[in-house]
Amino acid sequence: MSSSIAEKLFTIRYKVDDQSHLIIKDQQVCLTCETKECTHFCPADVYDWTGEMTTVAFENCIECGTCRIGCPYYNIEWVYPKGGYGITYKYG
Amino acid sequence: MANEKFDAIVVGAGPAGSAAAYTMAKAGLSVVLLERGEFPGAKNLFGGVLYRKQLEDVLPDQWHKAPVERHIVEQRIWLMGKDSAVTFSHRNEAYKEPYNCWTALRVKFDQWFAAQAEAAGALPIYETVATELITEGDRVVGVRTDREDGDLYADVVVIADGVNSLLGKQLGIHKEWQPDEVSLAVKEIIALPREKIQDRFNLEGDEGVTIEFMGETSLGMAGMGFLYTNKDTLSLGIGVMVNHLKKKKIKPYELLDHVKKHPMIRRLIEGGETKEYSGHLIPEGGWNSVPPLSGNGWCITGDAAQLVNFVHREGSNLAMTSGRMAGEAVIEAKKRGDFSRETLRLYDQKVADSFIRKDLVKYKGMHQILKEEDPELLFNRLPQAVNRAAYEMFLVDGVPKGEKQKKAIQYLKQAAGGTWNLLKMGVKGWRAMNG
Repeated sequence: MSSSIAEKLFTIRYKVDDQSHLIIKDQQVCLTCETKECTHFCPADVYDWTGEMTTVAFENCIECGTCRIGCPYYNIEWVYPKGGYGITYKYG
Repeated sequence: MANEKFDAIVVGAGPAGSAAAYTMAKAGLSVVLLERGEFPGAKNLFGGVLYRKQLEDVLPDQWHKAPVERHIVEQRIWLMGKDSAVTFSHRNEAYKEPYNCWTALRVKFDQWFAAQAEAAGALPIYETVATELITEGDRVVGVRTDREDGDLYADVVVIADGVNSLLGKQLGIHKEWQPDEVSLAVKEIIALPREKIQDRFNLEGDEGVTIEFMGETSLGMAGMGFLYTNKDTLSLGIGVMVNHLKKKKIKPYELLDHVKKHPMIRRLIEGGETKEYSGHLIPEGGWNSVPPLSGNGWCITGDAAQLVNFVHREGSNLAMTSGRMAGEAVIEAKKRGDFSRETLRLYDQKVADSFIRKDLVKYKGMHQILKEEDPELLFNRLPQAVNRAAYEMFLVDGVPKGEKQKKAIQYLKQAAGGTWNLLKMGVKGWRAMNG
């Protein structure tokens, strides 16, 4: 009964802001980053590497904060989504 | 909202914040309870065990009305091999009277708990982010929110904004958490019919079971999994240290799927339907990561202050207790008309005299061990060796027991890298567990 991450994220209710609360400070840093860890450790697959830049699917963010301290270069500007926006758990 | 001044502003309506808000409001203080979610609990997550004693200390008259799932009568600990487990458990009818702990779901519990604070007179302001502390010199005098004209002023701000405490960070009382001070836990709520849960876990009525497991399931990273019974759902999750996760390059949800396939777990969740996926950081730095708890015009509580006993998976009870104690210190400060560090350090003192400091100090060496020791050894090779040794001992295949025992001991020594290393680790482990 394992499921894809898309199916997993589908179980969470989101109210998505039109502005991202996660910002890559400097794409140049990502370009030189060898490990691209954010594309692995994020539990919601928010980050992806296109070969040129890091894309941020902030709509999927479950607000855990792993990327805030996990990025080896602290290259992610991390704030909370606007009040009332972002995820709302049903169980928690 | 502009220019209104309160006795206290509490940021975050989790267990710490609501306990603080309730304690202060009940004593007649004017209190604002701020929460960024649609409602208290909307953003909150825990493994799922809630403890009675610390809830009762905050709400002596209402604790029994708390919305909980099952009262725990049995706690199991599993040491996982690849397709096996060495298990240890304790079940006791005495856990019923009084209750020791329950399973619970945060969305239900946090709303109820915050409602108690509201009923006591705290002013709820939800769907509002506290973006920064407003300071005058070295004093905290309020919070800026993301609402228009959203500045709020108070004599004290109780910071209860959780593990990603951006307000705590702004205070500069501790350095940013490092990846080896936090673990990431992912969890699924899996629906199963009530009768199935009762049969599979050997339960009557609202009795419940907790299972904690470590070993092969965390794929060589330091971490622990859990499977808890709720009324008609199961909470299944696993947490691993973020520094190990970074190194391993394993996706957290793949780790969870790996856990779900283990034969010990698979048969318990079989036929269940995933109702919710979730993830959260757990502060696991231990006592050495706990910052000063108060200053001029502020207190910091719960996860925001790293108050988690990760050895015993206790967090919500430390949160409730620290929130209550911060609230009590603010009440005293209000009496004295002095909200400076001099008076508010009463809160630090209360925490220092309580089980919170004693428990965290007891295990303060654990963090260092997890830092120094190879996680592959502690969380993979050793548990595997214990499982192989148990397999040997119980297998009847004509080999004499004496030889089997030798083999079993050999497995453990090999895993540890020799007798000397095994002994050294035992001593180190003992010391880490005992201050």
